[in-house]
Amino acid sequence: MAKVKLITRFFEIEDANLLPIYEANGGYAAARKVVTESWPPDKIFSTVKAANLRGLGGAGFPAGMKWSFVPKDAEGPKYLVVNADESEPGTFKDRHIMLKAPHLLLEGAIIAACSINAEDIYIYVRGEYYQPTQSLERAIEEAEDAGFLGKNIFGSHKNIKVHLHRGAGAYICGEETALLSSLEGFKGWPKLKPPFPAVKGLFSKPTIINNVETLSYVPIVIDKGPEYFAKLGVERNGGARLFGISGHVKKPGVYELSLGTPMRELIFDHAGGVRGDRKLKAVIPGGSSCPVLTADEIDVNLDFDSLAKIGSMLGSGGMIIMDETTDMVKVLLRICRFYAFESCGQCTPCREGTGWMTRIMERVASGEGTSQDLDDLYDVAGMIGGNTICPLGDAASLPVLSFVKKFRAEFEAKVSAAKVPAASGKKSAGEEI
Amino acid sequence: MSVSFPDKEKKRVEEIIEHYPQKKAAIGDVLYLAQKQFGHISPEVELYVASLLDLPASYVHQIVTFYTMYLENPVGKHLMLLCNNVSCMLCGAEDMLAKVEKKLGIGPGETTKDNKFTLWTVECLGACEMAPCLMIDDKLYGNLTVEKLDKLLDSVE
Ligand SMILES: Cc1cc2nc3c(=O)[nH]c(=O)nc-3n(C[C@H](O)[C@H](O)[C@H](O)COP(=O)(O)O)c2cc1C
Ligand code: FES
Repeated sequence: MAKVKLITRFFEIEDANLLPIYEANGGYAAARKVVTESWPPDKIFSTVKAANLRGLGGAGFPAGMKWSFVPKDAEGPKYLVVNADESEPGTFKDRHIMLKAPHLLLEGAIIAACSINAEDIYIYVRGEYYQPTQSLERAIEEAEDAGFLGKNIFGSHKNIKVHLHRGAGAYICGEETALLSSLEGFKGWPKLKPPFPAVKGLFSKPTIINNVETLSYVPIVIDKGPEYFAKLGVERNGGARLFGISGHVKKPGVYELSLGTPMRELIFDHAGGVRGDRKLKAVIPGGSSCPVLTADEIDVNLDFDSLAKIGSMLGSGGMIIMDETTDMVKVLLRICRFYAFESCGQCTPCREGTGWMTRIMERVASGEGTSQDLDDLYDVAGMIGGNTICPLGDAASLPVLSFVKKFRAEFEAKVSAAKVPAASGKKSAGEEI
Repeated sequence: MSVSFPDKEKKRVEEIIEHYPQKKAAIGDVLYLAQKQFGHISPEVELYVASLLDLPASYVHQIVTFYTMYLENPVGKHLMLLCNNVSCMLCGAEDMLAKVEKKLGIGPGETTKDNKFTLWTVECLGACEMAPCLMIDDKLYGNLTVEKLDKLLDSVE
């Protein structure tokens, strides 16, 4: 359990974003092997399955298994879509990969495309990522010139083309079905599943969507072998991942750790501990939608199952550290505003609920709230989760539920200090706001 | 129609369309191209883009209003995106906002009188390790302090 250098190895090699340097360091060996040895799809996804590589976009779905869901007898085009929308607050790892190791991502995408027989790969990059987009553009051009992309890749009969698609500022487009809608030229509105994208996805064709980091581990799995990768992590959580740590920490940044590493090790050893040697108050473990942890809960291992066991999530691996001076009410208000702004407006519970929660939190934060507000907040959050087409509803309600529950005293103090408005009476959340 | 792309951009539209099996999917990049050419997406530009992609203008309008990066209204010479999401807030985003407000005399959504800067506060820019951070046009600036921000604003032409 500790720091490893699988993806980050390339961050430390100067100019590893350029093809000659990437290749000189073993780059494209895995893709070349898979293509020139004509690995059948089963061999690719069983290798990745054996490595226990989990989806690193947030949900942690086993990567190899997802690929095997594409119907073998499906006719016509199939697509691989790379989710490079990276907009979950606290998350910034994919940006580093695209800037410093764009070929690693391309190589992984080529292998994944081979596993589903896709000839077109779309990379959906968030609109604000100008430099990462340029880095990818250059890498794609280099790979095309070298014959690793385009027609007859690596001298084979395979054709694979990569298309870059820029997002335009909408968090919801990170959700896979919204992303596909957006790619097709629609508003980024999520769709009900089933049908799953693996059966009916982009342009109604079988489509696999993977996160940038997930795909970047694929060449490493092939190079080092699935056993090595699986053993590096813990049961069902293979290998490593990039943790992004920010907030009140001495050395914010990206750290690549094997899955199962103690959270304390990341915060205190690698990231240097809390800024100003203050006391730790709270940790958001994997992007702002994950339930918050108190300082007493950080003796947990960083893998999907361990965090799920204590009622939170490993999510995107974007960890936000808060010290003892942090105003939790203010942080929650900030989070509520985010989800209210980003709700796509399609489902009533999410569209209305995120607005209610924000207005209640504004009242609480400004010292005008009552303890009834805290109960209402809890109720509204409970009514959104699970009642929406996509998980943005859950993403909005989980922080509310966890903040109010775990820091209740701080919220109570805010509302009891507030002067109780005359004739407040009990009102339902709906009419009050 | 009074707005129209020069030949080079017209060719670029054709190239963008080629990336997709359906023309409609090209709308995102064509809107970016139009924004670059015409400054912002006015109703006239929406109409023009609609004609290029065989779509109703109302459809184009829906897209322009759904996504935050398409500009419905003109902005100043430089668009400043100041992140105020959690990590940046924890690291002093409010001080950065106060500095910009004091130095440039504008709040979120406003443009300076000389039309040099428009300020927006935005959600996480995916650069939290550099908190607090902001973008000016297509460049990212991080690890800001009030002093660094002061110098940065002075250095922008
Ligand atoms: C509201 C919302 C936002 C999301 N944003 C992202 C994102 O920015 N990047 C990402 O890779 N996955 C994001 N996801 C997860 C995707 O829906 C999807 O699970 C993921 O791209 C699958 O790739 P993976 O299996 O490789 O993790 C988001 C999900 C939700 C519900
Ligand atoms: S919170 Fe500001 S960049 Fe992430």
